[in-house]
Parts: sequence; C-alpha cells; structure tokens
Amino acid sequence: MTELAHFGGATLVVAVQLVVVVAGGLLLLGVMRKTRSRLEGRVGPPVRQPLLDVVKLMSKQRVRPSSASQVFVAGPVVLVATALFVAGTGPLVTSDPPLSKSTDFFAVVFILLLGSVALALAALDTGTPFAGMGASRAMTIGALTEPALLVAVLALSVPAHTSNLPALVREGLSDPQVIASPGRILALCAFVVVIIAETGRLPVDNPSTHLELTMIHEAMVLEYSGPDLALVTVGESTRLALLLGLLVNLFVPWGIASGRGAVELAFGSAALAAKVGAAAIAIATFEVFTAKLRLFRLPELLAGAFVLGLLGVVTALVVR
Amino acid sequence: MSDASFAALLELGAGAVLVCSVVTLWRRSLGAIVRVLSLQGAALGAVALVLGLHDHDGALVGVAVLVVAEKGVALPAMLMRLVARDPTSRELSPLVNVPASLVATGALTLLAFTVATPVVALVPTVAGRLAPLGLATMLIGLFAMAVRRKAVSQIVGLLLVDNGIALVAFLATGGFPLVVELGASLDVLLVVVVARVLGTRMHARFGVVDLDELRELHD
Repeated sequence: MTELAHFGGATLVVAVQLVVVVAGGLLLLGVMRKTRSRLEGRVGPPVRQPLLDVVKLMSKQRVRPSSASQVFVAGPVVLVATALFVAGTGPLVTSDPPLSKSTDFFAVVFILLLGSVALALAALDTGTPFAGMGASRAMTIGALTEPALLVAVLALSVPAHTSNLPALVREGLSDPQVIASPGRILALCAFVVVIIAETGRLPVDNPSTHLELTMIHEAMVLEYSGPDLALVTVGESTRLALLLGLLVNLFVPWGIASGRGAVELAFGSAALAAKVGAAAIAIATFEVFTAKLRLFRLPELLAGAFVLGLLGVVTALVVR
Repeated sequence: MSDASFAALLELGAGAVLVCSVVTLWRRSLGAIVRVLSLQGAALGAVALVLGLHDHDGALVGVAVLVVAEKGVALPAMLMRLVARDPTSRELSPLVNVPASLVATGALTLLAFTVATPVVALVPTVAGRLAPLGLATMLIGLFAMAVRRKAVSQIVGLLLVDNGIALVAFLATGGFPLVVELGASLDVLLVVVVARVLGTRMHARFGVVDLDELRELHD
C-alpha cells in the first residue's frame, strides 16, 4: 500500500512538473516578447500567443522536404523527449523529485546536449545549405558552451562533494551562506552566459530575426512546418524554462517544495513561476539594451564564461 | 567579527581582486578596463580593511584608506584622462587574441596555486590560504603587459602586478608597515605620472598611444 502511495506521489510530481514546465515555457516566451515590446513602446502580442500558435500549428498539414530521411523526423521528437525527461525528473517544483538519487548534474547536461545534437543533425539532413550553415554555427557555439557549463557544474559540485542536482538544491536551502561563497557566485556568472548561449538569446543569437546572415537557431528549423514546427517550438521553450528553473533553484532556492504533497506542489509551482518569470523579465530587459555580438566575437564571451567557471572551481578548492 | 564571516568577507574580497584582473583581459574598451582597475583597487582596500578590523590593527586600517584613495580613485582617474584623449580607445589587436589570453589566465591561475604551495604551508590561516590569488593577479598583470599594445593597457598590467604584490603582502604577512606602503605607493604613482606624460607626448606627436609605433630613435 505504501508503495502504491509512493508511486502515486511520484506520478503526481512528474505530472505537475511537466504541465508547469511545458505550459510555463510557452507562456515564458510570451512574457519575454511582451516585456521587449512594452520597453520598445509597442503593445506586443498577448502573453498566451505562443500557446495559441502551437495549437494552431498542431492542426496544420505536415509538409516535409522530399530529400528528408528519418533523421529529419526524429530530430524534434528527440529534442522534446530529452527536454520532457529532464523536466519530469529535475528538482524544479520540488526538491524531492522521482529518481532524485540518480539525477546527476552531468547526466542532465548530456541529456540536454543530446537534444541539441539531434536538432543539428536534422537540420543537416535536408541538405539545404542554409540549414547546414545554422547547424554548423549552432555546433560551434555548443562546442564552446559545453566546457564552460561543465566547469561551472564542477564549481558547484566540488564544495558540496556531490553532483546530484536535488542534493545541490537542498544544500543551498539548508545553508544560505554556501550560495554567497565566491565559488558559487563565479559559477552563477558562468551559468548565466551559458544559458543565454544555449537558448539562443541576445547577444548570442537573435530569437526574433529572420535575417539570413545572423540566424543560428532559426536557420536550423527553417524546413519544419505544421506539427513538426510545433514540436520544435515546444522543445525550445521547454528547454528555456528548464534551464532558467534549474538556475533559479540552484541560486535562489527559497520557495521550492520539499515533499510531494498536493498543497506543497501548488506552492512550489507558484514560487517557481514567480522566480523564473522574474529571471525571464530580467533577460528580456537586458536584451532590449544590447545588440547581437558578431559571430567571431562569440568565442571571447564564452571563453570568459569558461574562465569564470574555472576560477570558481579554483576558489572552491582553496576556500574549503 | 565572527571567524566565519571574517573568512567569507576575505574570500569575497580576494576573489574580487582576481576576477577584476581577468576581466581586464576580457574587455577591449580601455575605459572599461580602467573602471575595472578602480574596482580592483577598492576590493584590495576592502581586504586590508577586513584584515585590519579583525586584527585590531589601526595602521592597517590606515593603509586600507590609502589603498582605496590611491588605487581605487587617484590612479584610475589619471588613466581615465589619458583614455579620454585617445580617440580609438579600444584594444583592437592584442598580440594574443582575447579567447587565448583568457585561457592563459586560467592556466596562470593554476600555475600560481601550484607554485604557492610552500607559501600556503608557511601561513596556516584563512588569509594564507588565499595568498595564491595575489600571485595569480601578479602573473596575469605580467601577461597583460606582455601581450597588450596600448600604453594604457600596459600601465594597467603594471598596476595589476602591483596590486597582486600588495594582496600577497596583506594576506601572507598582515600588511606592510605604513612607511613601506607609502614608499611603494609613491613609486607607482610616479610611474603612472611618467607614463601619462609619455602618453600625452605620443598622442601629440603621432595621434595614437600605441607603444608598437615606437620602433626607431630620432633626434
């Protein structure tokens, strides 16, 4: 009986986290667009517009290039599946998600990377030169962000003696002084740069452009239409919500639920929505005041993130 | 001040000094570099202040005030006037490009921690454990002087070395006597004044402040 209750609790947690992250992710896109529009003096589309777009795309006809193979079909599916897996099992709404003993930070990084690689392969699959260019740019940036991300993860793991994600969140909750340690602050700076690069926001990539020379992510998904495009949109917005959710829970863990009760989960969801919403508004505000960086200047930004992460590891090792 | 918060503040200050020295190699705009230098001076002063308050050492608190006034305000203000004079005030083509020099700063930091092991073993306190951060700042300053071309960024490199030496001195020995600190400050101040005069003369003559232009001797 207890086992059944345990299973029920775990199912509830997964269901709540999936709904919050997927729906929240699409609304997050809306919030960011709305913030930018308002700051630029426009009215902007309603916050729920991305949600409506996805519903509309779902009912459209599916058109695929005649040269496309199964890789093209599998790309968005893998992207969404990896994002959903992490959304269900990461410490987002509660610090005690199912599989919490094996939710390793390094594993999460690699599972998410699997989604990016699948999308890049799918872009190469059609043989369009444009999509291929986007894929090669995305992989170049990916090759620079991954080391920075892994070093930043290491900076968090060294003082905590674990790379288990829920344990890292719980540690911040029980000992706030850890969060203010120099190692953690340096890791935070590295994380912010990496998340901006991974989710294709300014100054790395402009999410609202369709100008050929500057596109990275949009170039990759150019061939998708209808339900496939809806999947890609859902996958990308889920990743954005997921990464921001992990970031705020690692560095501002207050408000996260500690158990699996329904009331706790409701409060945890509200806290997560508030924290991620605030982070998204901050990013969107920053985007209004910044211009896209030249592609060849990107390595400077990402090497900076890498060095910050490295310094985080070093200080974490010394300070112990 | 409790021991835990003393350690935390000291870590934060020393960490800020090191991060500022990395950021000077990250940024290209000379104005931004000088502003970061002023921030570093303030962080260095904060380290001295925390140490002085913890050890109830009045002279060290005096040194802290001096450090903030000199390295946080006076020197950056002088450099800023030089920057304002230079129309293309960006480090456009350093000898080693920015990503590579950032990776080099990471390597130099690791090197500093390796070679400073005997120093750390000698001073078994929180402050002693942080001394390698000063050594790393020093090495990064030397590196900046070697690879940067603009006069301003080379002076900044020199000041990074000076700040690194000061940080090691504060952390490993609890600070210089006030007289030594005054002497060293005066030296650095003179160097910057000379460099500023040189920069101004170069600007009047060539229109740029790029030390690579100085290749031949003339009457």
